[in-house]
Amino acid sequence: MVSIGLSPEEWQAVRLSLEVAARAVLVNLLPAIAAAWVLARCRFPGRLLLDAALHLPLVVPPVVVGWALLLLFGVRGPIGAPLQEWFGIRLVFSTAGASLATAVMNFPLIVRAVRLGLEAVDPGLEAAARTLGAGPLDRFLTVTLPLMSPGILAGAVTAFAAGLGEFGAVITFASNIPGETQTLPLAIYAATQTPGGEATAARLALVSFALAICGLVLAELIAGRMHRWLGRA
Amino acid sequence: MLEVALRHRFGPAGFALEAAFATPPQGVTALFGPSGCGKSTILAAVAGLLRPQAGRIALDGTLLLDTATRLFLPPERRRCGMVFQDARLFPHLGVERNLRYGERRAPQDATGPGFEEVVALLGLGPLMGRRVVQLSGGERQRVALGRALLSRPRLLLMDEPLAALDAERRQEVLPFLARLRDVAGLPILYVTHALEEVDALADALVLLEGGRVLAAGPVEELTARTDLPLARRRDAGVLLGCQVAETGQDGLTRLSFPGGALLTTLPPGPPGTKLRLRLRARDIAVALAEPRDISTRNVLKARIAAIQPAPAPQEVFLDLAIGPSHLLACVTRDSVARLGLRPGLELWALVKAVTFEHRVASGEPPAASAAMG
Repeated sequence: MVSIGLSPEEWQAVRLSLEVAARAVLVNLLPAIAAAWVLARCRFPGRLLLDAALHLPLVVPPVVVGWALLLLFGVRGPIGAPLQEWFGIRLVFSTAGASLATAVMNFPLIVRAVRLGLEAVDPGLEAAARTLGAGPLDRFLTVTLPLMSPGILAGAVTAFAAGLGEFGAVITFASNIPGETQTLPLAIYAATQTPGGEATAARLALVSFALAICGLVLAELIAGRMHRWLGRA
Repeated sequence: MLEVALRHRFGPAGFALEAAFATPPQGVTALFGPSGCGKSTILAAVAGLLRPQAGRIALDGTLLLDTATRLFLPPERRRCGMVFQDARLFPHLGVERNLRYGERRAPQDATGPGFEEVVALLGLGPLMGRRVVQLSGGERQRVALGRALLSRPRLLLMDEPLAALDAERRQEVLPFLARLRDVAGLPILYVTHALEEVDALADALVLLEGGRVLAAGPVEELTARTDLPLARRRDAGVLLGCQVAETGQDGLTRLSFPGGALLTTLPPGPPGTKLRLRLRARDIAVALAEPRDISTRNVLKARIAAIQPAPAPQEVFLDLAIGPSHLLACVTRDSVARLGLRPGLELWALVKAVTFEHRVASGEPPAASAAMG
């Protein structure tokens, strides 16, 4: 990495990207598991609608998602205003805001992977746990969760890799502030808009390419290993 | 004692189950019948994994289900240990943690065999460090038996536990099942469509067909009836409870049963061993006079209690009373006419000593099982 000679500002963009993507994944995990559970296990009217709604960030232009976040979480927004007033939390134009935008964009990715992981769990094993005296929460923590963990891990790694590259929603909601919200793709964009910035853009592009590849390979390796661990083909 | 009364229909025009029976307080009650007769549905309802439309299930006086009062105890509170056809061991846990899973969740005051005892009983010692994926089918099923037993259940439910195994593995697991039955001191509800397993394990039988109970009672009693589907099988015949009396110089074993004794070439174990023999009706011949100069070793004095029609039109079943015991013999109608066979007639029943298949001795000698318990 050192040999490609990133400047301190470029390193900062890389670090910020990693931080934003990691925080986005962490924020997403519990809601994604809950959403996957509801979609895979619960039967209620409007389930398909909910399913479609959760997948919206995948199909709506990212700029629209960013703008919607601005409306909701902006300093005058219905959620942003109380957050600012009561807790002093400002999301727009901040690293936390970049994480939130990334999280919203990645949410469908994680839900999909977690749901696949959950659907791979044999309900017969949960039934077996019931006959052995395990109540609902006990059963979930000791049987369902470990057995769906390959899906959770795959979802987390994929979402992390994707989160490194989130552009539209972040730049709309959190803007492009070096050291605050300027992640890798935003830095690359800024470089391409600057005369003589091609070298910077190329170096950062190489880094994001390498990170993405690492993430995907890691996801495959982990998934394969976990499936073998569980004795699945 | 388990009392079951259920009514359930799958879909408006689907399979309908309407069954009621009670089991003895101990021993194995086999739910026996062809595929789709509802036996697994009954088991799932007893376990609480299926909620029947109407019914009442009581175990030793405790209600598990009563749709009349909307009582439905969830499976985790029923304390019915279940052994599934596909073992259902937790793949992310090792053998020991699978075994401990139920043990850790059993009520504090529950009694039952201890961990070491169960491990010894089912021969699980060598499997202890293994992962589930490294176990053979038979080994998995033994671990599943141990896991269910260690959850300290009040009732064991077994859903065709041997059906997924090949013949060799079945023979490997069957003796463990028999030992478990003798040691556990629990009622066991055992679903099967294999008569061999009924012969080896069952004390009582509930015969099912098309979602209804055809007959229920002690195995020996039901196998002596000619009006049940059991009698339509080629291997129809009475299941006779015997006890090993002695093994003679000639290598033949003398088995005593109420009213007589049989010589067999079976190697059934030390004197006192209890076992059951299926005396196939087609293997039994009758003679009016005591035959001499004949190789058949078992010539038993019997009386014809009844003559019943057999499935084939040219055959009949003779219900032969030997003391308090009954045998069925299948003979031709022609023989009945030729020999003038009629109820009340005294004659000789001929059973070859080599006719018995080697079946699993259904139980340990009394001394051994006492030590185990």
